[in-house]
Amino acid sequence: MPYGPHTADDRERMLAALGIGGVDELFADIPEPLRASRLDLPDPEPELELAARLQGLAGRNRTDLASFLGAGIYRHWSPPAVDQILLRGEWYTAYTPYQPEISQGTLQSIYEYESLLAELVDLDVVSASHYDGAAATAEAALMTCRATRRERVLVSKAVHPHYRQTLAAYFGGGLQLEEIPLVADGEAAGTTDLAALERLLGDGAPVAGVVAAQPSFLGLLEPMAEIGRLAHAAGALFVSVIEPVSLAVLAPPGAYGADIAAGEGQPLGIAPQYGGPYLGILASTDGLVRQIPGRLVGMTTDVNGRRAYVMTLRAREQDIRRDKAASNICTNQALLALAASVYLATIGPHGLRDVAAQGAARAARLETALAAVGAGRVHRGPYLNEFAVGVPDARAVHRRLLERGVLAGLALADVLPDEPSLSDALLVCATELTTDDEIARFASGLAAELAVHDHTAPTIPTPSGEPVEAAR
Amino acid sequence: MVPADLHYTKDHEWVRVDGDEATVGITAYAADQLGDIVFVELPEAGRSVTQFAAFGVVESVKAVSDLFAPLTGEVATANDALAGSPELVNSDPYGDGWMVRIRLSERGELDELLDATAYDALIAAG
Repeated sequence: MPYGPHTADDRERMLAALGIGGVDELFADIPEPLRASRLDLPDPEPELELAARLQGLAGRNRTDLASFLGAGIYRHWSPPAVDQILLRGEWYTAYTPYQPEISQGTLQSIYEYESLLAELVDLDVVSASHYDGAAATAEAALMTCRATRRERVLVSKAVHPHYRQTLAAYFGGGLQLEEIPLVADGEAAGTTDLAALERLLGDGAPVAGVVAAQPSFLGLLEPMAEIGRLAHAAGALFVSVIEPVSLAVLAPPGAYGADIAAGEGQPLGIAPQYGGPYLGILASTDGLVRQIPGRLVGMTTDVNGRRAYVMTLRAREQDIRRDKAASNICTNQALLALAASVYLATIGPHGLRDVAAQGAARAARLETALAAVGAGRVHRGPYLNEFAVGVPDARAVHRRLLERGVLAGLALADVLPDEPSLSDALLVCATELTTDDEIARFASGLAAELAVHDHTAPTIPTPSGEPVEAAR
Repeated sequence: MVPADLHYTKDHEWVRVDGDEATVGITAYAADQLGDIVFVELPEAGRSVTQFAAFGVVESVKAVSDLFAPLTGEVATANDALAGSPELVNSDPYGDGWMVRIRLSERGELDELLDATAYDALIAAG
């Protein structure tokens, strides 16, 4: 039986009380073209047939692949406790309630998320929470404009291309967004060009914020302290786009002078799933607390001296500030923030360090194995667990490796078409889930593809792992 | 009865004119209505403000409200003490709880403000 909150009879009585003839009249104020049209859905199917069809669709997913794909979303082992706790129905109201103090459990979970993340990024304030890393990064950039009353933001081209697209969408309304180019060659190839940054900061309108990622989209470690120093010298704020697991082994944003940290929380106990939902992390220094969108929960004591959680700051949210809100999109991804909290609490600081260190160790083995078959790194700088390798005809090789059961990362030409140095490169990553067997499958598959390729194209990176530029 | 020597706005700001400068704050009635004030966001010196346009924000535990400039001019000074002690707005709204001093450019605008009797009548009417 379809769910119905009221019967036809109820509706008739309500319409009669209102003195109108039909429900449609209630929507008369909405112009016709803006109204929802009828959903064009196929006819209902019997459950058995439907289940069989859905099973067929699900069967088209490749779950047999050895995956080396990262590029912003990372596979990690998650303790079973994470999903088990998420299954509890008490958590399923993903929004903080409008009388929040009644829901002490929800507030405690948000408080713990904010506390854990604040420790990880080494900043004072973490808000709960945003749609994804791209949205959080865009909010961070807007924060710099509000705080400095300036309207120009510089973003490194080594920030995830999807994040840069989101920034461009947010900045479409008149704010200025410019990209900082990458160093073309040498030791620092692929990292943010500091000389270009300095020039951009010196020319044109005053800069509100500088956005750079650590590790970068290309997996490289960026000179974050230097970027921050240059930004601050020009009176701009510094936004660090982070990958949270990496912070177990890399310096946190607070340690190198970042004013704001933003990033994708998916690696913290959230399975890679097509398109999300994910978790946007956003953190800042205390001085920016009134610019940070989202909600801040605090711990205090009630009148009887018992521990109590309160909504400490939400005064700049749109239910209070309307069009003057700090953001009109600060949806609290509470269930996914909870997943991140449970993941961090169960895996612990030592466990998180192991996760990051094992990913780095396996990535080093991957680098050696790929270099041995002729696919050397494109860049020379240090990386953590993701790097670009030069592969002739990378897109075609990537496609053919799928047939061999290997998801060979990402063909960089697909997402960075305007970077000629990356036109024949794959971005590959390893995590603690990457096995030696998978690395061997990738390397032998690639060797076979490159051998085939050898007959048709003369340029192949040297097998010693020398950078491609040097080989050309 | 509100202080007799001040000018008032319908938005519950008060103005004390002293030569070319006007000191601006919010009235005791407004502070009471807002409740405990926890944050005041004020413009820096040098910024121009326009009569009846928003120039700052006052945040209490209950609400966040815009502050409206009673007069047009340039901000001469803002009350920095409110950054650390926003509660001064509650405890001494006409004194230490002042917000900005404005260098007046349109003296004629004073005619558009309320006197103490008119403002008293306004808040009595609720």
